[in-house]
Amino acid sequence: MIQLIDFIKDNIQITYILILSIFVGIEVIKSIPAVLHTPLMSGANALSGVVIVGAILVMLHSDPNDYLALTLGFLAVVLGILNVVGGFAVTHRMLQMFKKRK
Amino acid sequence: MSVLLSVIYLISTITFVVGLNKLGHPETAKKGNLIAAAGMGLAIVGTIFIHEIEVPTIIYILIGVAILLGSIIGWLIAVKVEMTKMPELVSLFNGFGGASATLIGLVEFSKNVDSAMQATTIVSGIIIGAITFSGSLIAWGKLNGSLKSVIKIPQYNIVNNVFFIALIALAVFMILSGGYNPLLLYGLLAGGLVYGILFVLPIGGADMPVVISLLNSLTGIAAAITGVLYDNMVMLVGGILVGSAGIILTIAMCKAMNRTLASVIFGSFTATAGVAGSNKSLGTIKSTNASDAAIMMNYATNVIIVPGYGLAVAQAQHVIHELEEILTGKGVNVKYAIHPVAGRMPGHMNVLLAESNVDYGLLIEMDDINPQFNNADVVLVVGANDVVNPAAHNDPASPIYGMPILDVENAKHIVVNKRSMNAGYAGIENELFYNSKTSMLFGDAKAALTDLVSELKNM
Repeated sequence: MIQLIDFIKDNIQITYILILSIFVGIEVIKSIPAVLHTPLMSGANALSGVVIVGAILVMLHSDPNDYLALTLGFLAVVLGILNVVGGFAVTHRMLQMFKKRK
Repeated sequence: MSVLLSVIYLISTITFVVGLNKLGHPETAKKGNLIAAAGMGLAIVGTIFIHEIEVPTIIYILIGVAILLGSIIGWLIAVKVEMTKMPELVSLFNGFGGASATLIGLVEFSKNVDSAMQATTIVSGIIIGAITFSGSLIAWGKLNGSLKSVIKIPQYNIVNNVFFIALIALAVFMILSGGYNPLLLYGLLAGGLVYGILFVLPIGGADMPVVISLLNSLTGIAAAITGVLYDNMVMLVGGILVGSAGIILTIAMCKAMNRTLASVIFGSFTATAGVAGSNKSLGTIKSTNASDAAIMMNYATNVIIVPGYGLAVAQAQHVIHELEEILTGKGVNVKYAIHPVAGRMPGHMNVLLAESNVDYGLLIEMDDINPQFNNADVVLVVGANDVVNPAAHNDPASPIYGMPILDVENAKHIVVNKRSMNAGYAGIENELFYNSKTSMLFGDAKAALTDLVSELKNM
């Protein structure tokens, strides 16, 4: 318990941002029409690929001789960017189709 | 971290919020997606080039190769995939994101564990990432049909929960012991992967979109946790946005199916389905052919088309559009009735019909179209089943009782195209098919609709 309180004290900024982000996330898409559920899910999925930033950091901080870390980091970057590029591209393709012709 | 990089991350974070917001409105969705993508590109480029440490060239080359490789593969998959395969593709991509989070955790745990808090973030990143990875792969397999069975062993939930508690216990032990133990680390990884499988395996196919949305939300949380580890705000906020948006979407989908999240996770339609309809005689069915159905529609004033997954599987979205245009040309008033969960995912049907250039002004959502069924001369149901099952209104014993449905039975005539009398995804009988106003047009949706189109052309 004391540890938890200490943690919150040390990371008060992060705690604020965490809680505010949760509310922003909820508010931002609270009333989405069902038409957009699939593209929205796909777009949010692409956003979760932000984890690639961490994967790049892993590689930047790895020793060039640490083959295990580099291999895992390399894989993490490939998978992360797959999620990002594939996710945004597929969302774009879906949304491209919502054209009003009249 | 340099001030410049912080500013770049701030801009990216703003694009995520703005992009997500715009994705929630039909008019601005495309722009929203592009804005968020641009912000993501900015964050990636900034991370690679702006930092205060010395980085050997070989590492830059490796990062470049990885990004190029992943981008090409991701792009090719995204451009080539058929629109009907969209739900499983989202699931697959999501699994990759989860795997990425896990790999980051594996490297970091072997390198930097200075405090219990750091160990906690790394360990939770590994577990959540692993669960979403294997869970998403199972969901992918289920949706593309390579994993068909719903596995139901007795006390499944208890087995699952015990396994989960054991996994958490192992995680806590690792955090408390602090040191780097490869055996425990890989044990934890294996445990997370197995739990992901156990978690998704018993869930029925109809509930899979809810599961994908939930897993998507978890990947966001894994990304956010990794963000805490690196004290990186763009990862933290981006991840949390996805996490909370995913939860909202999950709840919205559950509502559309009148299911609770708990009932999705802990039970499936099929568990109770066998009992509901099997021993009840529902009457006789009346079969029809393309020529009779075409005549009926040719002389109608109002026709409503109810597209379902059968249409998607048969890739019949283009033929249905042709049918709609011919009827409209003959002065028939044609509309599409879209159930919120038509297809395999909420909004999936809209995407499919949009692909074949159906004007989205003709796609009418459930609440608006339901009062219009009274005026419909003919309703053409193509490959939909559970979303038009009157049992949702009349049969309290039915597992779908209370689910909002399209009130197709109010129309004057109903033509149902189905491949056979097999029950739908929920595994329950549909008394609509036995209604005296209903005629069944058996056959694959594409073939049946093509026949209808050529009959209509000859009239």
